Amino acid sequence: MTILINSKNEQKESLQPKGLLRYFSFSLDHKVIGIQYLVCGFLFYLVGGSLASAIRIELASPMSDFMPRDVYNQVLTLHGTIMIFLWIVPVVNGAFGNYLIPFYVGARDMAFPRLNAVAFWLIPPSGLMLITSYFVDGAAQAGWTAYPPLSITTPQSGQIIWILSVLLLGGSSIFGGINFIATILKLRRPGLKLMQLPMYCWAMLGTSILVVLSTPVLAGTLILLSFDIVANTGFFNPVLGGNVVVYQHLFWFYSHPAVYIMVLPAFGLVSEILPVHCRKPLFGYTTMVFSIMGIVVLGLVVWAHHMFTSGTPPWMRLFFTIATAFIAVPTGIKFFNWVATMWGGKISINSAMLFSCGFILNFVFGGITGVALAQVPFDIHVHDTYFVVAHFHYIVYGGSVFVIFSSIYHWFPKVSGKLLNEKLGILHFAITFIGFNLCFAPQHWLGLNGMPRRVAEYDPQFQLINQISSVGALLMAVSTIPFLLNIFLSIKNGRKAGDNPWNALTPEWLTSSPPPVENWEGEAPLVEEPYGYGKPIISE
Amino acid sequence: MTSIEKSSEIKKSLEIEEPHEDFRMFGLITFLIADGMTFAGFFAAYLTYKAVNPLPEGAIYELELPIPTLNTILLLVSSATFHKAGKALANKKNIDSQKWLLFTAFLGVTFLVCQLFEYFHLPFSLTDNLFASTFYALTGFHGLHVTLGTLMIFIISWQTRSNGGIISYKNKFPLEAVELYWHFVDGIWVVLFIILYLL
Repeated sequence: MTILINSKNEQKESLQPKGLLRYFSFSLDHKVIGIQYLVCGFLFYLVGGSLASAIRIELASPMSDFMPRDVYNQVLTLHGTIMIFLWIVPVVNGAFGNYLIPFYVGARDMAFPRLNAVAFWLIPPSGLMLITSYFVDGAAQAGWTAYPPLSITTPQSGQIIWILSVLLLGGSSIFGGINFIATILKLRRPGLKLMQLPMYCWAMLGTSILVVLSTPVLAGTLILLSFDIVANTGFFNPVLGGNVVVYQHLFWFYSHPAVYIMVLPAFGLVSEILPVHCRKPLFGYTTMVFSIMGIVVLGLVVWAHHMFTSGTPPWMRLFFTIATAFIAVPTGIKFFNWVATMWGGKISINSAMLFSCGFILNFVFGGITGVALAQVPFDIHVHDTYFVVAHFHYIVYGGSVFVIFSSIYHWFPKVSGKLLNEKLGILHFAITFIGFNLCFAPQHWLGLNGMPRRVAEYDPQFQLINQISSVGALLMAVSTIPFLLNIFLSIKNGRKAGDNPWNALTPEWLTSSPPPVENWEGEAPLVEEPYGYGKPIISE
Repeated sequence: MTSIEKSSEIKKSLEIEEPHEDFRMFGLITFLIADGMTFAGFFAAYLTYKAVNPLPEGAIYELELPIPTLNTILLLVSSATFHKAGKALANKKNIDSQKWLLFTAFLGVTFLVCQLFEYFHLPFSLTDNLFASTFYALTGFHGLHVTLGTLMIFIISWQTRSNGGIISYKNKFPLEAVELYWHFVDGIWVVLFIILYLL
């Protein structure tokens, strides 16, 4: 069966607003939706970042003098939830996925454009709802994990708003996942084989499989939790005969894959950026594909390594330790592939490349602490300490957020037709890299020495290290200034980039920059070797 | 297909710049996998509770089987009648198709009425104990699916009317989509029936 798409598209063009206004409309254009995701996510990043600054200001002194303890709990809950569900997940998946995937598969739009717009427009209201919950009766206080019985005993209205908001965001994520799977598997240009796709497509396919399989379980769990809060049932309430560990299992069945949902797309994006700026083909394409799929499969069976101290039986500890350690294998393969891609390449040092290299360094460090945390004896020692906080931020900030910035520097010329200022970009990288490592590296020491996480007050012996960490956080906050300055200055009077400033071979660069509404002037090009650098280009 | 229709088809395909396959069904299947995972989470929670959380004295019930068995039969028959509706539509018999759809919806409504009847005659209520809560959560979440399905069947049966309805043998997708959803909901019920009532 075929569908008429031509007439629909004409109608679409005439009905859609033009210029800046289209970014505030229910646009069906995947490029507009991608930018909507990115800008919306970045605004929430600023909110979550301010909350993080508040946390670090509070922790600069051992007593809770900057804010009361319950406000501290609200701030850390909102910080975690906003950064995960409103910044990293929507941006690495929604923003870059929507912008790039249709180009990569040689299509004019996503498989389900309307569903795509719905998925985006679920995000701003649920994010605003989450933030305004602070003004109701206090926001949720139980952390982004919302473990019962804590989430049942803290003030209810904030927790219920938190649940509703996360349910909406989960729905948005599932709709996005369905769309990506259909687009990558079904909407490929005739003649384009799966094993010729750019690596980001594989990363998004794996991520979307994880989203579709695991997010609904979180939704179901949160519905049960809301029953516990509102209807006084006892699913997770031990007083009423319930079982808190069941919540933890169900929650981590989503939330461990969620880490891969945040970091697999980042792997894909780095695999796009490195070959372009090193002028070399991506090393080990096939192993990269299999390691992504390996991570998807393994990622679904390692969740209980978050629960080694939850009375988990020994056989379960053993299984989940081994499974978790195995994840280091595909991840290590990818790491060596990236290094081998750079090896002997003609590397240009620019902001995109610097952020990608920063990602590789940070990520390998976070990965090593991750393998350490998978070992039960060590995990029991540092469980719920700052060691976990440090590890986690090395993965999601040092990993995903560095890649987001790298990608913005790489694809900004594609979106705007202008180049970003390299000097400001390198300044941005330097402050971010130093600030990030200054903020989180000392936290490993804090954790090893037993400073618990998620508390506003701590033992005075940890003060100096905490202050160093706070200075790092301050630098991270400052680092957004050159970045924002760069974006605004470059949009206004940046240098013209031309259609393909990096001389890249991936399909999105084979059209004009910024691209036309339907992506290609004529037929979509067939790119059989997206990474064919260092070979003579055969002109038509 | 008559020759006139054929030629109009060809004309149409010439107007289409780049026709592509219809993958709405593919998207629906992906969604149903996701929906199935929600149920899988509920079942996993229920089975874990059963294995590790002993219930207090007097909280162990023998569930009455007649009504749920009747409900199982109702849903299985409704799957068959829905299939009949699809076949009738493929044979261009809109009126027959509409009749089968309405019969299916009737079976769905009967299922819901039976379930409500069962709810009102159970010896426990939502917050009595862990089993009671899980029972209502599972059957309630499934009942929500049946309710939505029944509403959708009413809508498509209206759209299948012969004068002016948008569903015909040329545009079968809405009917096929709801049919797939309905079979899915039936399948979930069979699993639920086995796990909740028989085990």
